[in-house]
Order: sequence, then C-alpha cells, then structure tokens
Amino acid sequence: MSRTDDNWLLTVRNLTKIYGEPNENTLDLTGPIFNSNICPETESIVACANINFDLYPGEVLGIVGESGSGKSTVVKLLYFDMEKSAGAAWLTPYNNGLANILDESNQKKRFIRNHLMGMVYQNPRDGLNFRFSSGGNIAEKLIMAGEMHVGNIRGRASDLLNKTEVPVLRMDDRPSSFSGGMQQRVQIAKAIANNPPLLFLDEVTTGLDVSVQAKVLDLIRELQQDLGIAMIVVSHDLSVIRMLTDRTIVMKNGRIVESGLTDQILQDPQHEYSQLLVSSLL
Amino acid sequence: MNILEVNDLSKVFNLHILNDKRIEALKQINFTMEEGEIIGLTGKSGSGKSSLMKCIYRTYLASSGEIIYASREGLVDMVKADDHRIIELRKSEITYCSQFLSVIPRVSAVDVVCENLFRIEKNKQKARNKAKEMLEALGLPTELWDAFPVTFSGGEQQRINVARAIIAAPRFLLIDEPTASLDAKTKNVVIDMILSLKKNGTSVLCISHDEYTLDKLVDRRLDLHLGQIAVTEVTAS
Repeated sequence: MSRTDDNWLLTVRNLTKIYGEPNENTLDLTGPIFNSNICPETESIVACANINFDLYPGEVLGIVGESGSGKSTVVKLLYFDMEKSAGAAWLTPYNNGLANILDESNQKKRFIRNHLMGMVYQNPRDGLNFRFSSGGNIAEKLIMAGEMHVGNIRGRASDLLNKTEVPVLRMDDRPSSFSGGMQQRVQIAKAIANNPPLLFLDEVTTGLDVSVQAKVLDLIRELQQDLGIAMIVVSHDLSVIRMLTDRTIVMKNGRIVESGLTDQILQDPQHEYSQLLVSSLL
Repeated sequence: MNILEVNDLSKVFNLHILNDKRIEALKQINFTMEEGEIIGLTGKSGSGKSSLMKCIYRTYLASSGEIIYASREGLVDMVKADDHRIIELRKSEITYCSQFLSVIPRVSAVDVVCENLFRIEKNKQKARNKAKEMLEALGLPTELWDAFPVTFSGGEQQRINVARAIIAAPRFLLIDEPTASLDAKTKNVVIDMILSLKKNGTSVLCISHDEYTLDKLVDRRLDLHLGQIAVTEVTAS
C-alpha cells in the first residue's frame, strides 16, 4: 500500500471499520450483493470496508448513501472520532504525506486535528461546547492550534462570526440561546478557525428549514471559493451534493458502489443502487 | 488541426431498476471537428443530440469508442480520462451550456454569470462589469441584475445561461439550444456573441432546431437520426 501521486491532499486506502469479532469470511459475506453489512457467521457488523479514494487540495468530494451505509463512519475514522479496524490515510501537509495518520499516537492525532482539520457535525452539540460562549468556542479551537494572544483570539473570533453572518454582538452568548441555523454557523466558524486545508461536513443541513439550509450552503460555497478549503461532504440529500461537490462517492452496506463526477452520477448513474437513489430524487 | 475526434462512439443506457432494460442512444458515431469550427448538431427530439454532447462533456459515460480532445496540454480521451483531468479541463477549457439554467440559491444574476470568470479574473468588480455589459447587450432589465434568477422567466434565465457560458471565452464550447425562447433581436445578439468567440479561436458544437440560427451561425451541420449520423452537409458561408 502506498501513495500513487504527490498532488493529493488526502489519500485513503482500504479503510475498514468492523464492530464485533469478524472471521475470514466476514468481508466476503457482507456488502451490497447481500444487501447487508451483518456477517451471517459471526454477527459482526461491517460499518465500512475497503474504502479507497483521493482528494485534491481545494476539491469538494461528496459521499452519499442511505442511513447505515457507512458514510459518516468514513469521516469519523478520518477525524479520529473512531478507531479504524484496518486501512491507511496520508495527509500531505502532515509529515510530507509520509506517515499513515491513522497509526499515529493520540498526541499526534490531536495535533493533526487541531492544525490541519475541521469538522462540522449534523448536531451542533457534537461540535460546540454549550457551556462556553460562541466566541469561547472559537477561542477553544484557536488555543488548541497554538494561538495564545487574547487580543488576536477575540479579533479572529469576531472576523469568523462576521464571515458566517452571526451577529458579533452575540459573541459572548452561549450557543444554547441561538437558533439551529445560527448554531450551525457558529460550528462552521469554529471548524475553520485554524485555517484547515481539510474540512469534514457531516449532514450539516439536515433538520434545518429551507431558507436556513440555503444560507448554510451558501456559506460553505463561499468558504470553498474564497479560501480553497478541500471538503468531504457527507449527505443523503442529492441536491446538497449537486450544489457543493465536483466528485461523488455512492455507498451502500458499508462499501463504495460507484464513484465519479457528480453530474455523471446524477445523470448517468451506473450501479443499480445509484439509479434507485437518483430516480427517487424529488 | 482537429480539436475533436470522435471514433465509433456508442452509448447504451442500462437501466438496472427497470429489469435491465437497454436503451441505445448513440450507435457508432464518427466525426472530426477542426479548431475554430462551429458545428450545428441537428435532428429530431430523441435522435441523440444531447446524449452526444453529454458524452463529450463526460456527464454521460460512453459505452464504447473514443472521444479524443486536443487540449492545450495534449490529447485526452474524454471517455477514459481520470475524473480530476476532466474537472481541470472543465475549469480551464471546455464549457457546457445546457438548455436550462440550473440556479444557485441566493446568488445574484450578475454573480451567476461571473462564476467561470471569477476563476481567471481575481478583480471581482472587473468581472462584474463585464457581466453587466453582456446582460445589457442581451437586454436583461437592469433591475434584475442583483436579483436571484430562480423566479425569472424562461427567456430571462436563458440569457443568463448563455452569458454565463461564454463570459470566460472557453476554448471549446458545447451549447444546447442557445437561441430557443429568445426574440429575434436577442437571438441576433447571441449569434453575434458566439461568432465573436469563434473569431478568437473558440470551437463550438451547437444543438439547434432553429433554421435562422443555423444559417447564421454554423460552418456545417451534423444531422442525427436514431442515434446515428444521417447526413453531413456543408453550409456555404
């Protein structure tokens, strides 16, 4: 296993997560062909297996699939929220892309997370500390990334809140007093506070009403265009994928069933499951 | 020099969710296109015009054959090239303009038009001025420039769509029905805009049903019939 090309920002090979005690047949007896990710012999659950992809700097990659297809697992493994069962990932800005980041020590993983990644969760409670003010949440991320100067931190926090259209007057209020859309925008401000080259977005518009959803998507598009942040966008919503991404991966039962240019996936899907997904689009 | 060479191109849609029904959209298409040429793609609805265009742009995956595009950096087979290569070409050389504008929520008409230009013109104000000039020439009322195109009429959206496709002067333009739903005066403006691109070296593949547009615009026609090329006729110009 090795990297194929030096132009990548992120290379992922054979990423696998299995719950329970698998045996040597587990991977052969699960997946889209069996329409199941539960091994019939061991009852272990294959959350995702053999995931391979590459991401360019500044590129936006979509991951679509139904609930339980393993799409969130992929980003949670890469953000170290979960421990992998197997596989490797290389991130070019870290150690010149020579180290498998998934095998690094916890201390180094924290460094990578604080300096090179951002994550926006579906539920703002997962990404924000509700005991801190919104400014405090951004400060937390900046401090972890090594910024110590209080003036700089406050300045940067108000810039970020401005950028994400959260009234700076409310910088010292806790996110619990904010609307869902505002909480989400504070979460995005926090996620990009350390200027990461890579941002993960996990179902960030799910549960928001349409006008708020448009605002959040608009913000993400702008960040991508102005700052050139590479993103992995996980969503079951094909319109979100169409609006934000260049390339898309379709997942089912823990496996990638198809990957390609987003307009190709949406207009000429090859795999039976992708055809079903697209034909279900409103 | 040929900018495009299509060899034995076929496209079959394999619909797994309809009991593996097969639809043959294109059969053994062969043609070449000179750099700077404007080819009109004609034929009845359902004859495969848009399918051919989408195969060239890689929105559709061809089932067999080759589509050799002579990019600035050498020959590329659009059928087999890596996704990233295609994305690069779409950003730098090839533009596809569909029949309908796909609106972007909360983005103004001027900025929708500018999107491709922003990539090369970093001075946003300059880019916006160019967009405004084009919208002015196309007769889009000034009060609509800052509005969101989602509520615009068909003709208004069409003009934004065309302006957006040609503003950054692509090297190769694929354009589907650029003059449908436009009045005679605006039609002429669009034709002149595409002709001035040609003057600067752009090659254009254009789908149209409109005889007037075809007469004024294209160097020659490719007529599709049931997924095959029927006649190639040279238009005297």
